[in-house]
Amino acid sequence: MTDNVDHSKRNMLLAATAAAGGVAAAGVAAPFVLSLMPSERAKAAGAPIEVDISAIAPGAMMSVEWQGKPVWIVRRTPEMLDMLTKHDADLTDPASTVPQQPEYCNNATRSVKPEILVVLGICTHLGCSPTFRPEVSPADLGANWAGGWFCPCHGSRFDLAARVFKGVPAPTNLIIPPHKYLSETKLLIGDDSKGGAA
Amino acid sequence: MNAIKKLAVLALLLAAPAMAAANTDVPLDVAPINLKDQASLQRGAKLFVSKCLSCHSASYMRYNRLGDIGMNEAQIRKDLELPDEVKTGSTMQAAMDATSAKMAYGVAPPDLSVIARSRSADWLYTYLRSFYVDTTRASGWNNTVFPGVGMPFVMSDMQGEQVLEVEEHGGHKVQKLMLKTPGSMQPAEYNTAMTDLTNYLVFMGEPAVLVRHQLGWIVLGFLALLLVLMLALKKEIWKDLK
Amino acid sequence: MNAMKKLLGWVDERFPLIETWKLHLSEYYAPKNFNFWYFFGGLALLVLVIQIVSGIFLTMNYKPDALFAFASVEYIMRDVQWGWLLRYMHSTGASLFFVVIYLHMFRGMMYGSYRKPRELLWIIGMVIYLALMAEAFMGYLLPWGQMSYWGAQVIVNLFATVPYIGNDLSTLIRGDFVISDITLNRFFALHVIAVPLLLVAIVFVHLVALHAVGSNNPDGIEIKKNKGADGHPVDGIPFFPYMVAKDGVATVAFLIVFCAVLFFAPEMGGYFIEANNFVPADPMKTPAHIAPVWYFTPYYAILRAVPPMFSSQFPGVVAMGVATMIFFALPWLDRGKVKSIRYRGPIYKAFLAAFVVSFLGLGLLGTLPSTPTYTNIARVLSVVYFAFFILMPWYTKIDKCKPEPDRLTSN
Repeated sequence: MTDNVDHSKRNMLLAATAAAGGVAAAGVAAPFVLSLMPSERAKAAGAPIEVDISAIAPGAMMSVEWQGKPVWIVRRTPEMLDMLTKHDADLTDPASTVPQQPEYCNNATRSVKPEILVVLGICTHLGCSPTFRPEVSPADLGANWAGGWFCPCHGSRFDLAARVFKGVPAPTNLIIPPHKYLSETKLLIGDDSKGGAA
Repeated sequence: MNAIKKLAVLALLLAAPAMAAANTDVPLDVAPINLKDQASLQRGAKLFVSKCLSCHSASYMRYNRLGDIGMNEAQIRKDLELPDEVKTGSTMQAAMDATSAKMAYGVAPPDLSVIARSRSADWLYTYLRSFYVDTTRASGWNNTVFPGVGMPFVMSDMQGEQVLEVEEHGGHKVQKLMLKTPGSMQPAEYNTAMTDLTNYLVFMGEPAVLVRHQLGWIVLGFLALLLVLMLALKKEIWKDLK
Repeated sequence: MNAMKKLLGWVDERFPLIETWKLHLSEYYAPKNFNFWYFFGGLALLVLVIQIVSGIFLTMNYKPDALFAFASVEYIMRDVQWGWLLRYMHSTGASLFFVVIYLHMFRGMMYGSYRKPRELLWIIGMVIYLALMAEAFMGYLLPWGQMSYWGAQVIVNLFATVPYIGNDLSTLIRGDFVISDITLNRFFALHVIAVPLLLVAIVFVHLVALHAVGSNNPDGIEIKKNKGADGHPVDGIPFFPYMVAKDGVATVAFLIVFCAVLFFAPEMGGYFIEANNFVPADPMKTPAHIAPVWYFTPYYAILRAVPPMFSSQFPGVVAMGVATMIFFALPWLDRGKVKSIRYRGPIYKAFLAAFVVSFLGLGLLGTLPSTPTYTNIARVLSVVYFAFFILMPWYTKIDKCKPEPDRLTSN
């Protein structure tokens, strides 16, 4: 080996090659990582869906699939709406301060129209899908039960505005997905470009 | 050493004509397509949806992929006259279902998503212009490129009706297609329409082709730069050995 | 820097890190006169990595089911983000793997790299080659197009020509009486797990054997015979950084070729991806002309060149099998006094040239539909192909060799 090596030139070349090689490596890695993102098929399946809600009877629930997840639509009766106001003390977040809903649903009924509740049917605890229990005071849920959802996995309870009760594993209210009314009876879930207005 | 290199080159040269040869009996016209011509691709897409999609599906092609040839959601809906229930994210499905199509034509119309890749652009371009009236066939149509074709000629309103004439040239039989009844288009106009359609079919065969070519130049350019750097670095490091 | 050194020391007390580095890189001495032909071993390793990584990502989206396989490949090509790039990487890599391996093998033949003490190294390499052929064959079924289907049908039926057990053997391979969903499923398992594991293991063994005996070189003489005062071969240079820098240049040059194919000619005129494979597999309809992918065509041409004997295709199958296996015998067929073609006589050079012509010629004929003329040419070339091996003990012995030099000559 000789000692008359131009070290500054060598170091510069090393740095330049290493930098270019690093860019190349990042360039190669990018498509691999991006291929893990949702495909066009997944995106198409996740596109907003139109739902005709005219057939839902008062007090009944309809379940539809959006982005592979259950979305519940409930037509609440005046009695049900009336009961929503009576158990604030038992709720973890009665005023929905945690942003689990779009701005336009941050109200007492957590909905655009008071009687129609649109909610993502996935428990905020560990992702189970709770069961709809609209009946009042059933034997298994106790005398205080005023209708709502009960999660069979770990016993979380939600009222008919999908708000979580105190003392259960689920930390927050259920999520209200973006939605808007296309007409009196047509609902678009997944798109709220006009702020949810009818 | 050198002799071997030369032999290798020679063998490659010998192989080259074989690579160009395709196995079909009828000479094919060269399709004058241009994948960079967005207007042509869009006209082709419209023609495809209005003519082909009645019977053929393109079940791997999503409508919104037409964004790659410059059509936005609204254009796709309006220009292709999509019914309300069809989402732009869905794949192109035939209006007629496969079973009834098989009943009507004897064969199920093949899916056209990758037809340009299995048949080649030249074949499609020639095929689309080679239908002729043949009363011996149930459909009333035949095709010089695809003898005994099951498909009736759905573009006869555009091209008109051709007949097959066989001429004798010193013992050689030459097949010629003659336009008997003109259609709504002049022959040149019809050729352009079929170029558009073929162009679209080639794009649909591999929608990534446009970005593939663009990205290819960037990658090759970058690698060329990297090669220069690597060469310089190698030379510099190898100075130690002198 | 100090922390780094500490960490290194900590690891080195528990794992022979620095020792391995020295043994295989910084103090592994490679002959200084490596030429163009010595790039392909390293490049083969690069392609192996490309295939494994792209393969893993393809597996995430591919469905090994006769109903969904074809559609899932188109799903990858269209719907998966950058899926087309991953798929073309894998398909281009498959073909270029064989380009690189064939050149690597030819290098070994030119410079006598299979001769003592590298016989085992050569044999391990041949096992890699056979495993690679199995890997490629099974991978080609996965897109479930017409060529996938009928290519597999024909090749598996070759096993059916084996006397007595043939039919049972081919049924065993397929798991069914024709190529079917069951075959696809097991080929997927073998292609994705079994053979890659085997490949990685034998490539490792190949490298261990190489580093034990040391690399051959274009002069075909042993650099270890000529050691300096420091105990290192005087004609050797450390692999790191010198050979690494040199291989780096070759790697980038190779990637340019790789990307040129990937981005501008992934089908390579139907040689890398066949047009008929864009038609979904149809067990009711055979395509007019079936040919295997280009890297199998020399053997396929030999198969077709052998006429049926005793109303059996088996002799052709045997000829094809022998044509692939005969490379194993090279170390013992060659009786030449020298290793490298540089010091061989004209007879060996003529035979090697004739072998190259026969291999390429057979490869070309294997892609074409067979006609009587082509079959006759294929027969002549097959004879040349086997003559190269069978006559080797004779012609290498009588060939007039030039004297080998004592030290490496420069390029």
